[in-house]
Order: sequence, then C-alpha cells, then structure tokens
Amino acid sequence: MHFDELIGHFGQHTVDGLSKGAIYALIALGYTLVYGVLRLINFAHSEVFMVGTFAVLILWNQLGVENNPPIGQAILLLVLGLVVAAAASGGTALALERIAYRPLRRKNAPPLIFLITAIGLSLVFVELFGQVLPKLFGSMLPDVFGRPRQIIGMPTIIQQETLFTIGNTAITNIQLIVFVSAVVMMALLDWFINRTRYGRGVRAVAQNPETAALMGVNQERVIMLIFVIGGIMAGAAALLWSMRFGFTQNSIGFVLGLKAFTAAVLGGIGNLRGALLGGLFLGIVEVYGATLFASNWEDVIAFVVLIVVLMFRPTGLLGESLGRARA
Amino acid sequence: MIDKLRTADRRRVGILNSVGDRWQALPRWQKAVGVVALLVFLYHLPYLGKLPGGLMIPGLNNLRTDSIEGGNNWAGVLFVCAIYVLVAIGLNVVVGLAGLLDLGYIGFFAIGAYSVALFGSVNSPVVKWIQQEFDLPPTWAVTWGICLLLAIVLTMISGVILGWPTLRLRGDYLAIVTLGFGEIIRIVARNATGVTNGPVGISAIPGPEGPPSADNKVFGLIDAKPWYWLAITFVLLMVVLVRRLEHSRVGRAWLAVREDEDAAAVMGVYPFKFKLWAFAMGAALGGLSGFLFGSRNAFIDPTQFNANLSILFVAMVVVGGSGNMIGVSLGAVLLAYLPERFRDFADYRWLVFGLAMVLVMILRPQGLIPSRRRARELKDRAAEAEEAPAHV
Repeated sequence: MHFDELIGHFGQHTVDGLSKGAIYALIALGYTLVYGVLRLINFAHSEVFMVGTFAVLILWNQLGVENNPPIGQAILLLVLGLVVAAAASGGTALALERIAYRPLRRKNAPPLIFLITAIGLSLVFVELFGQVLPKLFGSMLPDVFGRPRQIIGMPTIIQQETLFTIGNTAITNIQLIVFVSAVVMMALLDWFINRTRYGRGVRAVAQNPETAALMGVNQERVIMLIFVIGGIMAGAAALLWSMRFGFTQNSIGFVLGLKAFTAAVLGGIGNLRGALLGGLFLGIVEVYGATLFASNWEDVIAFVVLIVVLMFRPTGLLGESLGRARA
Repeated sequence: MIDKLRTADRRRVGILNSVGDRWQALPRWQKAVGVVALLVFLYHLPYLGKLPGGLMIPGLNNLRTDSIEGGNNWAGVLFVCAIYVLVAIGLNVVVGLAGLLDLGYIGFFAIGAYSVALFGSVNSPVVKWIQQEFDLPPTWAVTWGICLLLAIVLTMISGVILGWPTLRLRGDYLAIVTLGFGEIIRIVARNATGVTNGPVGISAIPGPEGPPSADNKVFGLIDAKPWYWLAITFVLLMVVLVRRLEHSRVGRAWLAVREDEDAAAVMGVYPFKFKLWAFAMGAALGGLSGFLFGSRNAFIDPTQFNANLSILFVAMVVVGGSGNMIGVSLGAVLLAYLPERFRDFADYRWLVFGLAMVLVMILRPQGLIPSRRRARELKDRAAEAEEAPAHV
C-alpha cells in the first residue's frame, strides 16, 4: 500500500484518471444508448471501438504520417482521423445490428441469445483484424497488417508536453485535448437526445416502444440511429485513444469494453449523463487503486468495482433514465 | 438459400428425433447392449483404425489426427476432447439447465488446475512453505488423490463465493460479472507471484503415479492413452451423476427457474438456492476438468486460462445444443477435434466458431442437437412474436 505516493501526488493522479475516464465515458455511451432503448447489453461494442482504432491507424499509415507533423497538418490529420474513425465505427455498429440483432428481434428471442450472437460477432471481428486481414493485405499495408496479433504502434501526431502546472500537478496538452473533446462530444449528444426531433423519437422508444410506434415513430430507424451514434462516439474514443496511447491491437477491445461497460453501469446504464460520471469516476478510482496497490492490479480494480456496484446499487449512481428524461 | 438450409435442417432434426424415439422404444436388454457397444467403442478409440500386426484400415485411419502431416498424437487429442466434454457437461448444468450464462467458467477450470499444481508439485511455493513450516523432506507434496478432492472442494467453494453476491443479478449482468470473475482469477494467478509463481508457472505437476517422469509406468509423459482412459472414465461417471441430478427434484427446479423465475418462486421453488446449487455443481465439474488438464499437462501458467477460451466453452455448449448432454458433448468434441484434424483451419478456429455462434443462434437457437423442451420453448416465443409484431 503506497498511501504516501497517492496523497503526495493526489492532484496528478486525479488529472490522469480524468483523462483516462473520459475515453471510458465515450465508449460507455454506446452501451448506455443501446441498453436504454433495447434493454440489451451490446457485448460487441468493444469491437466497434477496436475497428475505429484500426481505421485511424490505416489512415495515418496510408497517408505516410511522420512523427510530430507541423501544427496545421496535425489538426487536419486529427479531423480526418475523427471522420474516418467515426465512419468506420458507425458502419461497424450498424452492420452488427443488422447481422446479430435484427433477425433475432423478429423472432422475439430470449435476451441470452442476443448476448451469444454478440459474443460470436465480437470473436469474428477480433479474428478478422488479427488473422484474416493480415493474411489478405499483409503485403499491401506493410506496417499495419504485416504482423498479426501484435501490438502495433502509431505515429505521434501531437507531442505530449506539459501545458501548465498547478501546485505539483502537471497537465499535459494531450490530457486536456482528450478531456475537453470528450466532454464536448457528450454535451453535443446530450443536446441531440434532449432537444432535437430525432432525440425525442429515441426517448419515446426507450420509454414505451409500442406507444411510440402508435404515435408514428419508426422503431427500426430509431434503433439504427442509436447504433450509429454509439458507433460514432466509439470512433471518437478510438481517435483519442490513438492520440494518447499511440498503439492498437486486435484484442484491445476486450478489457477496454468491460471497463466502459462498468462505467455505464456505474453511472446507471441507460443514462447518458451517468455514463460521463461513471467513466470519469472509474478512471479516477483505477488510477488511485493502481497507485495504492500496483499497476498490474489495475484491471482487477475495475472488475471489483463492477461487482460491488452491481451488488449494492444495480441501477448505478444516477439510475436508469434515458426514457424518463424530460420531454 | 436460407429457406433451403432451413428445410434441410428440419429434416435432419426429424431424423434425429425419430432415432431418439426408436431408441426409447427399444426393450431393456437391447438398450443395455447398445450402451455396452458404445462403451467398448469409446475405450477402443485410441486404437481407431489400427489392426494387430501394424496394419491400418484406410477409411477409419483418415479420421485420426496423426494421419496428416504434422498432426498431433491421436490419444492426446482424444484426451483434450474428453476434458472439453467434461467442461461442456459442467457448463451445461449452469447454462443449459439453470439458464445462467456464465462467461467466467475458465475461472473454475483454472482453480482446478491450480489446486493440483499448488498442492501437488514440489515446485510450488505453497508446498515449499508447508515443507519449511512442518520440517518435511523436500520431496514431500500432497498426494494426487487428495489434490483431486481439494480441487473439487475449492471450486465448489469458489462457485458459492462467486454466486452468493452475483446470482441476484439477471441475464446479461450476470454474464458480464462472471466474465470479470474469470479475468480476476487469471490476473491473480499472474500477479500473486509468491503463491502461484506468477507468469513463470508451475512445473512438475503430478499425475496418479506422482510427479511426471520417464519411469512412470502408466501415467507417463509420452503415452497419452492411459490419460484418455482416465478422463473418459471421469466423463462417464459424471454423465451418470448429472443425468441423475437432472431428473431429480433439483433438476426440475433448475428447469422451472430457467423457464420463469418468478413463476417458479410463486410455486415454492426458491430460485436463489437452486441457482447457487447449479453454480456449485457446474464449478465442481469445471474444477475436475481443470484438474485433469493440469495433471496431464504437468505444467501450467496463467496464459493458458484466458477469456477467449472461456467464450469458446460457451460456444460449444450453445452450438451443440444447450440443455442436452449429447448436444453439448458433440459441440465439445467438434471444437477440440476439428482444428487438430484440419490443421490448415486451426488458425481460423476462433473465426469459424464465432461465425458458427452467430449462424446457429439465428437459424437454430436451440443448437445442433436440441433439447426437446428447449426447442418447444423457443417455438412458443417465435409464435408470440408473430402475434404481436409491435414488440421490440
């Protein structure tokens, strides 16, 4: 137990935790949206994120990006990366819905069957990127698919440097970008769901699918919409991840997905603002825990938090409420 | 195309069912003959296609995994098949009978394997510590037979420990929590270096004749046949045990809880108790298979117990036909045998099983060889969907 270390650098750990948690929160949105509308845990959402990181990697690789490009170019690359990652992840999420969920919804299958198809498809995606694509494209995209099942590094777009320090807490430019852009994305989504016509449709279906259908809401379209939005958010998270950690791997989604799911449950699955809260909270708890014990216990901390929350407060900190949000 | 597949599949199930009906209708002595024939076949399997005098029967011989270039030892593959069947039978109690999706089954498998490694191997820190505390000779370790009991007791206890807080959760939540549990076991095994040797792993895990060595007469490192016979004996014992359990009051309570927990509770079945019981039973079977795996392998480390394998276990249960012991056993055998026989395909095994999970669930949610009760239940749900199309 390293209490001194934790207390001595409390601010620093909090900042690290927040910028990590922001990424969890963005992925958690995908779980929360789908759960809010369909009452279903989209197990394969982690792979949606994984595809996003690969999209960023392939894009930067094909453009021949060097480390530390000039600032103008860097911004362009990031914007391009966001577009490509969002498109890839959104597309994957949509494909997932069509292949794994829609046929089952027609048959009114029990919830466990949805989970199993999701697990199956998740395996398929992991294998596509770890085994099949490297064999197909190994020679065409040398640095991306040449080495199956390995951690693949990415070019550094923005060099990490300390922007300012408060006390002994140093805040880096990347941490700031990650945190601010995640919060902005969340705010946009919150506005979209609570203030627009499409958002109203989503809330209506979440609250009562039959009545919503009677009132002329096209359910299928709403379901497609939430999958795409969840995918776009996962794509944004993928870009931020690539920028901050600078690597990807075909099996990257598994642990990250579990953590994002934990974040969603923590804040109250089905609740958008809860996802943000849960993500940030989990990020902080994880960093504190890793400091207190040792960094190789980090993943265990997340799982223990998940089990404890589900035991004592299964509806999370803010409760489930996509459907019950203000009209 | 899909319609054609569906018709062919329906015909296949029809044939299966009529075979089942005919078997049920046979007189007792004919059934007994059938069972004996099956047993003889199972125990003869390591010699499949081999005649005395070194002759080979070409057709049968092609089924063996050592008939292809670079193929694995046939008896060794059979042993793995038997272990997986044991896993599938155990997981079937949890998933198929009680309806609890357990994605952390690998955790129990690992605990079983680690219990023989930690207490039975002279290389394990636990044994070394006991030797020091009680002034025992450096060759001392817990006997294999006692490790077997330990494995079962430890896994049952861990099943209850996992089940107690989590079984109040339903469906999806339970699945994710158990997935986390499996990972926790693996990470603990990796990080608790003082107890498990961490990533280095534990070697010299004993078999029935003590630590692995070349002079073990029966359960040695080289010949896998005795190991297969040992494993298949355990499988048969457990099949009988689980079958008895399935048809007992406990088994009926499991089915009732699976179909409708609330209705079962109203009728006086306390769901929590029976779910916990299913978890403990399933865990014990998983522990037993892990135990056999560990002692045959003679070496284990945490990387052998990853979450992918856990998901593969679930795949064999649902693809084979959850709720039906013959079905899940078939799933397990396919999963262990196919990648070994078709080596070119071994790299793609995860991909293929992922696809198979999706396809089977969409086309035949009840699995390849369905349990009849489960098939009826799913048909009911589909009919309900027809009546009320507005449901999501």
